[in-house]
Amino acid sequence: MKYLTLAAGLLMAGGAMADTPVLTVYTYDSFVSEWGPGPAVEKAFEATCDCDLQFVGTGDGAALLARLKLEGARTKADVVLGLDTNLTADAAATGLFAPHGQAPKFDLPVAWNDPLFLPYDWGYFAFVYDKTKMKTVPGSLAELAASDAKIVIEDPRSSTPGLGLLMWVKMVKGDGAKALWTDLADNIVTVTKGWSEAYGMFLGGEADMVLSYTTSPAYHLIAEKDDSKAAAAFSDGHYMQIEVAGKIASSKHPELADKFLSFMESDAFQSIIPTTNWMYPAITPAGGLPKGFETLITPAKSLILPADEAAKLRDPALAEWLSALSK
Amino acid sequence: MLTLEGIRLTRGDFTLSADFQLAAGSRTAVIGPSGAGKSTLFDIIAGFAAPDTGRVLWQGRDLTRTAPAGRPMSLLFQDNNLFPHLSLYQNVALGISPALKLSDADKARVQQAITRAGLSGLEARKPGALSGGQQGRAALARALLSARPLVMLDEPFSALGPALKSDMLRLLEEVLEETGAAMLMITHSPEDALAIAPQTIVVTDGRVCPPAETRALLADPPPDLKAYLG
Amino acid sequence: MAERAFKVSHLAGAASAALLLALSFGTLGAVVWRAEAGQALGPADWAAIRFTLLQASLSAALSVALAVPVARALARRNFPGRALLLTLLGAPFILPVIVAVLGLLAVFGRSGVLAIALGWLGLPPVQIYGLHGVVLGHVFFNLPLATRLILQAWLEIPAERFRLAASLGAGPGDIQRLLEWPMLRAVVPGAFLVIFLISMTSFAVALTLGGGPRGTTVELAIYQAFRFDFDLGHAALLAVVQFTLAGAAALVAFWVAVPGAIGAGLDRRVERWDSRTGALRAQDLAVLVAVTLFLALPLVMIAWRGAAGFVALPLGVYEAALRSVGVALVSAAICLVMSLSMALMIAQLRGRGAGRVIEGLGYVTIAASPLVIGTGLFIVIFPLADPVALALPITALVNAATSLPFALRVLVPAVQQVEAAHGRLADVLGMTGWARLRLFLIPRLRRPIGFSAGLAAALSMGDLGVIALFADPGSATLPLALYRLMAAYRMDQAAGAALLLLGLSLMLFWLFDRGGRIDADA
Repeated sequence: MKYLTLAAGLLMAGGAMADTPVLTVYTYDSFVSEWGPGPAVEKAFEATCDCDLQFVGTGDGAALLARLKLEGARTKADVVLGLDTNLTADAAATGLFAPHGQAPKFDLPVAWNDPLFLPYDWGYFAFVYDKTKMKTVPGSLAELAASDAKIVIEDPRSSTPGLGLLMWVKMVKGDGAKALWTDLADNIVTVTKGWSEAYGMFLGGEADMVLSYTTSPAYHLIAEKDDSKAAAAFSDGHYMQIEVAGKIASSKHPELADKFLSFMESDAFQSIIPTTNWMYPAITPAGGLPKGFETLITPAKSLILPADEAAKLRDPALAEWLSALSK
Repeated sequence: MLTLEGIRLTRGDFTLSADFQLAAGSRTAVIGPSGAGKSTLFDIIAGFAAPDTGRVLWQGRDLTRTAPAGRPMSLLFQDNNLFPHLSLYQNVALGISPALKLSDADKARVQQAITRAGLSGLEARKPGALSGGQQGRAALARALLSARPLVMLDEPFSALGPALKSDMLRLLEEVLEETGAAMLMITHSPEDALAIAPQTIVVTDGRVCPPAETRALLADPPPDLKAYLG
Repeated sequence: MAERAFKVSHLAGAASAALLLALSFGTLGAVVWRAEAGQALGPADWAAIRFTLLQASLSAALSVALAVPVARALARRNFPGRALLLTLLGAPFILPVIVAVLGLLAVFGRSGVLAIALGWLGLPPVQIYGLHGVVLGHVFFNLPLATRLILQAWLEIPAERFRLAASLGAGPGDIQRLLEWPMLRAVVPGAFLVIFLISMTSFAVALTLGGGPRGTTVELAIYQAFRFDFDLGHAALLAVVQFTLAGAAALVAFWVAVPGAIGAGLDRRVERWDSRTGALRAQDLAVLVAVTLFLALPLVMIAWRGAAGFVALPLGVYEAALRSVGVALVSAAICLVMSLSMALMIAQLRGRGAGRVIEGLGYVTIAASPLVIGTGLFIVIFPLADPVALALPITALVNAATSLPFALRVLVPAVQQVEAAHGRLADVLGMTGWARLRLFLIPRLRRPIGFSAGLAAALSMGDLGVIALFADPGSATLPLALYRLMAAYRMDQAAGAALLLLGLSLMLFWLFDRGGRIDADA
């Protein structure tokens, strides 16, 4: 078994030495999974590029950045796909990324002009609930904190949505963030390591609401024909997650990397995103969004902190969160 | 000839000292109270314990640092003389090859030894399916097969009934005659000593007396031995 | 047998120990080497250390306290299905954390079976989240282990002593004082230590059932240092703290008696004359029913919730399952080679410093942080080879090292027993090296080997391990596939995969354990 695997590894290495250039894209694990966008994206890009696209998956966005830092300039990555705006300042500071030099027209609720990173999808964080079980739905963070709704959230130290909520509260409440967390404490059933645990607990009936995305109900509607799930619209606005990709400066295939990044903004890629990553595509494909997406809530306000500001607020916001919830 | 030369071994507050010789082909009983040092003496001769000082010699060759398997002796313990997971045949055959790699000639010799011990037909049995007497015979068959010049026995027949015991002593005697081996046997029974060992070593309180004639010794035992024999 | 003039080569044992050292401390060293000076321990770290010690102590104390009546009931009662119960009770120990947590919540959670039952009685649901939830989770994981350790010691009390006690007319109280209490005093500290160490490195259970950041353990702090702050120095410092705590606990273990084998011979039952009263029967029955419910209900819920998704599992999950079984088999083989060679070495060095150090190493590695091992390996391997291509072999190796302490606990006493009984015979016959292994040790150790291999295979099946750090899209293991299904919203299929995982783990354990017993001569 071990030798088989080693042999397979050697074969793969052998294949890499063949004529077709290999484009290595580092991303998070769920992107490359059988149920994520990876397989379809690979097929579509390889049909056009005369190359071998190889995805390497590592944990989630933060783990991806950690891995990149560990590898440093020797990284084999040509493109890194799957960071979000909470990580881009940190990622830019590594100096490993090269400007993308592209200016596509995005369908984002906010302006985008980052020279290093290009968005490929985005979504709003939201509390998802079951319409058949929950009658009075809170309409803002403050209402949620004042209600007796039970929620499951993710830990900002180990999860991307957890960090998103931290920023959401900080941006809406500013200095009042800690007070809001104190008020929220009795609503929080528990805090989980990652999104999967939290969502699994919500579906298992452990909580009335779970921190997820406004697009989550689309999965249940489209894949399961189940329209019972909905995201609560908050009048404060909803914090955004914008997922981005960037090109590694030391890439041996810079043209191919550029080609991939422009492919990423094309219909072929963008039309895969909604029903595999369950997020909004960065550029709405010509065919529009899949049927069912029109039922999703549209937040009144789109909230997002600029990357450098998000990086600056992270530590103090975490300290507030910890002290409010550790009591 | 086995020579113990100025042997001393100290364990806590117990010290064993021994200084004697055994002639080739001789048969010697070792007798003495429990805890007197009989087993320690065996351990030193067999190579399970290294003396603090002194030497163990066989035919003038120094064995003191030689591993048990490299020494010229077969050992029979009170029990656990056979591996429970191996067949009688395999257990005997270990006397020729510890890895059970047997030539055709070896196989014939193994079969011969088994027949000699009166165990024909039981070759495939595991020790669990053998009687106590049969197990003892199998161990002797192995000693016969390995034909080492010294056979050491540590109370080998203490669990057997009188009839089986004399049976076994007879087989032992045959083995010794056939191989010309010397014998050293720890025993609690003066009768066993009289039956097979012309000379006896008395061990008391860590002191190993040189061999003395068994009959005379038992007829007029020194005070220590007298106290033990009762 | 310090004086034994010849020995099975120490080389394999020393090599295994060195490999273990490299995997635990070597990886930590790699992280330190790569790190810039990190932050010193802050107040949050001290809080994490306090919570870790508190929850691990409580978890170990409660697991052991509950295991005593369970082991006693199993030791003195015989009933149909006892063997099956023993196997089934081993299941929680080998479950992936996330599966076990969801199973526990299905029973004790806000809408779990217990809450529904209490609702019928008009009572409010129990609140599982908090320190008691963490302890509950760890007791669920470790009660079976504690029970096995203590049951083993119970069964090692010679039957003659119970007969003697019976002939002297000793009642249950006398038996407890004369026979059981001294045995427990010898076995309990060691069982406590093992479970303390296992609970120490808990992260997801402590966080999720602890109800939030109050449940921050050192392992979570390490995680934060890595991914939130990318402060490798701080992560390494915390890993050193974790090793130090484990080392201190292991040192304590040398002061107290440590239990013997976990594995062999649990199907024996001691004939007892003191426990025939109706009250004691009722007590044992109640204990066994309670523990069966406690341990089996979450498993039943996992099966119940997984049944629907199990039918519709995608092909990729079965491929991942096959891969996991392969990794588990290789991992079990590596674990056996390493633990057996170390056990032989420890048996030969019995009582000497080196033997104790090697045995202690077996404990301390329980406290190695999986994240530090994975990251350290990554740092070491990355400049030399493609970590992705090595994902499966490395997973097998790390899984083997993870189950090694448990295999060691089974094999060390077994080797000592076997050597005591027949070692001299083998010595005199000149059985050395491979012949000694093949003709003597391996056949005599079949049962403990079967048990260790089963445990190692099952633990490997359920372990997400380092594969998450090295993942190759094409070579997911079953636990990783399970996480991927969850991450893709497919919770029903994930539940099906969890059921598959549970079934395969138990089957592997059963097959190996059974294989060691069939035709094994007493």
